[in-house]
Amino acid sequence: MLIFEKSREGREISLLPICDVPEVMLSPQFHRNMVLRLPEISENDLSRHYSEIGEKTYGVNQGAYPLGSCTMKYNPKINEELAGLTGFTEIHPLQKEDTVQGCLEVLSMLEKYLCEITGMTHFTMQPAAGAHGELTGLLMIKAFHHKRGDTKRTKIIIPDSAHGTNPASATMAGFETVTVPSDKDGGVDIEKLKEAIGNDTAGLMLTNPNTLGLFDKNIMEITNMIHDCGGINYYDGANLNAVMGIARPGDMGFDVIHVNLHKTFSAPHGGGGPGSGPVGCKKFLSEFLPSVRSEEEKGKFCFVKAENAIGEMKSFYGNFLVVVRALAYLMTLGREGVLQASEYAVLNANYMFHKLKDLYPPAYDRSCMHEFVFSLEKLKKETGVSALDIAKAMLDKGIHPPTMYFPLIVHEALMFEPTETESKETMDDMVQILRDLYEEAHTTPDILCNAPITTSVGRLNEVEAARNPILRYQSNDEKGAI
Amino acid sequence: MGSYVPSTDLERREMLSALGMHSEKELFEDISPQVRLKEELCLPKGMSELEVRRNIMGLANKNKVFSSVFRGAGAYRHFIPAIVKSVTSKESLLTAYTPYQPEISQGILQSIFEYQTMICELTGMDVSNASVYDGATAAAESIMMCQERKRSKVFISRTVNPFVLETVQTYCFGKNLELIIIPEQNGVTNLSFIENNVDAATACVYIQQPNFYGSFEDGEKIGELVHSAGAKYIMGVNPISLGIAKTPREYGADIAVGEGQPLGLPLSFGGPYLGFMATVDSMKRKLPGRIVGQTKDLNGKIGYVLTLQAREQHIRREKSSSNICSNEALCALAAGVYLSAMGESGLRKVAVQSMSKAHYLAERLGELGYRLVNKKEFFNEFVSESPKPISEVMNLLESRGILGGFPLRGENEGKILWCCTEMNSKDDIDELIRILQGV
Repeated sequence: MLIFEKSREGREISLLPICDVPEVMLSPQFHRNMVLRLPEISENDLSRHYSEIGEKTYGVNQGAYPLGSCTMKYNPKINEELAGLTGFTEIHPLQKEDTVQGCLEVLSMLEKYLCEITGMTHFTMQPAAGAHGELTGLLMIKAFHHKRGDTKRTKIIIPDSAHGTNPASATMAGFETVTVPSDKDGGVDIEKLKEAIGNDTAGLMLTNPNTLGLFDKNIMEITNMIHDCGGINYYDGANLNAVMGIARPGDMGFDVIHVNLHKTFSAPHGGGGPGSGPVGCKKFLSEFLPSVRSEEEKGKFCFVKAENAIGEMKSFYGNFLVVVRALAYLMTLGREGVLQASEYAVLNANYMFHKLKDLYPPAYDRSCMHEFVFSLEKLKKETGVSALDIAKAMLDKGIHPPTMYFPLIVHEALMFEPTETESKETMDDMVQILRDLYEEAHTTPDILCNAPITTSVGRLNEVEAARNPILRYQSNDEKGAI
Repeated sequence: MGSYVPSTDLERREMLSALGMHSEKELFEDISPQVRLKEELCLPKGMSELEVRRNIMGLANKNKVFSSVFRGAGAYRHFIPAIVKSVTSKESLLTAYTPYQPEISQGILQSIFEYQTMICELTGMDVSNASVYDGATAAAESIMMCQERKRSKVFISRTVNPFVLETVQTYCFGKNLELIIIPEQNGVTNLSFIENNVDAATACVYIQQPNFYGSFEDGEKIGELVHSAGAKYIMGVNPISLGIAKTPREYGADIAVGEGQPLGLPLSFGGPYLGFMATVDSMKRKLPGRIVGQTKDLNGKIGYVLTLQAREQHIRREKSSSNICSNEALCALAAGVYLSAMGESGLRKVAVQSMSKAHYLAERLGELGYRLVNKKEFFNEFVSESPKPISEVMNLLESRGILGGFPLRGENEGKILWCCTEMNSKDDIDELIRILQGV
């Protein structure tokens, strides 16, 4: 039941004292005439309402969440406690620098960690999410070319396996997207890349390992080709969890990069956000970094602005409390832990991959990095059971499904990313469930096609939702009035 | 070192042996030696939870928490009911991803649907999205919604929050849009500039109500001028003010956006905050980001899904309405809890008290020679002159645990932007005045 349906006229919660100064009213010219229908509810009912909301939501805290490309690792509790300290939460963003030395030190410390892990010179913490970071990085690339008077570079090259945010960000930065196909090994097709490159190339956006979970063996050749034509290499850090302590984007020829603190660095995803997408760059691009960065000078931290900053990407200095969480995580892991996280992320993925690939055909039969992709095309032909059906059947078994139908170049794709924080027995359970489902697809396909049956609702009619959108609650009275 | 890896050494060897491997090194053979790190990362050693806690608490303690805050300028210290944090700490909601699997995400989807409804109620608009990063990016995204082939000019008033203005500038640089700043006149938007310059090539006009200086703009007149040129009218609003103030819909706005931080989110040194966006029905397919819709399952039971996804990046790629993927779902949840806890009467009280206290402060400051600059009616922020050097004033207040108003820059150098909310008691205000008397 919606909270509006639980509302009863006259109920309220006692929250505020009586006004202790003379009350001032707005003049009629500026006064609201529309009614404002917010819930009227007791605190007990409100609390129970959200308990129910919580119970009907599945998070990493509930169980395995092998959602490929999303790095749903465990979200440590200490990080939450520290992000909730009043010494952070009660700080106004426009306080004087000498009253926010702790915040500035947090920003500066995380920047140092991220620079070392990725091989970059500087980072800005301002971008609020991965896609926001992409836009930031692309605008820096644009500003770099413009400063040199090189305004004809209007194209960004993006592989067909890329996240949808890459081409969407390119459009927002005013670039045209040139898509290059993948080769038979799942990497960038070098010949096609050669054809795509020209003196109108502003840069390349690449995820490595890519969304197929494969590390591009030709990475140096690719980034060199872009540099040779005067372009800039952008690294989408969505899959950084595979290579921390093993290889650095900065050493692969990348010039500008975003990382996802809510993926690689353990900050919770909050049902869709807030995230945080810091952007790092090599020294030659630092002058274009947006907003301000925190730097230490003679034992005191202060804000510095880059000489040719692209401007502000949002208000203030980023999703600061997410930055605190990521810092707590990295302080915990340290140099050994960071490497260990990536090693186990890759070991776990390969272990699951190996235990399943005899039944579920891999999109590319190579050893994977931190995630892997199966194509269920053959299963669908044989049994009528699709990738969607398998995913929905997993819901009845109590685990979150993998990413479905992505990357777009794989038919009936299921993309798994177990992460390093799942135990062997959890993975063994998942493997067994998927093996059982493969059997059931052949013996009782109808059951799978009707899954899930144990959830609070069954499969929902998404076509109808889009065709006749109902996007807000309206009481029966209001509906009658229309 | 600290670690969240559960595998034991035995399990590690079991897994490697299942793969026919002897060492983890073999897992990374696709990475050529050329790009492999030759040595360990130069990072500090890992720490135990106790050490991390000690270290980061030490950092938090280096910040100064003010017991009394008279500064707003885009970030507001309002009262946050205890139930807000209790709900946003629920682990399933905190640790869920974007609800791609609706059958096990009905809770979060329903909460977004309720949030969307509340934002529509607040603004008077028809359709809300599930949130964007913050008020500044909401402003920028709203401007992107208005692009048409023959309309590429964007107007924004000088009286909006500077961060909003600068963020819009950055986004316009991206999209190669011409951005024209409408000058201010007596602390509000210059209407005759709009009348003389907004034309058939104008996509939209963006104003903030109440504006950065706290004053109410002539929202109706501006709306008429904008619409007579056939352009879209975008209004940035303070959500608390809408407890009593005229809605964007009543002013004729096509899009309403704003910073949702005042709705139950702490100051947090600037983030995470919440960008809300709402529009008229005819523009709903131009909204960026997630939108939740109501539908039914196979058995006719009501449920909620992400909908109108044909706008979004994962489907439309370079043709999508925006690149946004992650939003601020947990902050939207907080806003939903806040608005439910407050209800209409509570929100009205917050608005009335914030405004009343600001007026009381303005009056008391005026008595001390901090002359009120605003010529128009203001809400909970106002600008004053300063009879004393501002740094002196602020330092004195700071030493008494008070964060004074925001010293303005640029053309308004030498003036102070003050803010009150329901958190500033009469005693606090009187104390501030007493201290200022001593300067």
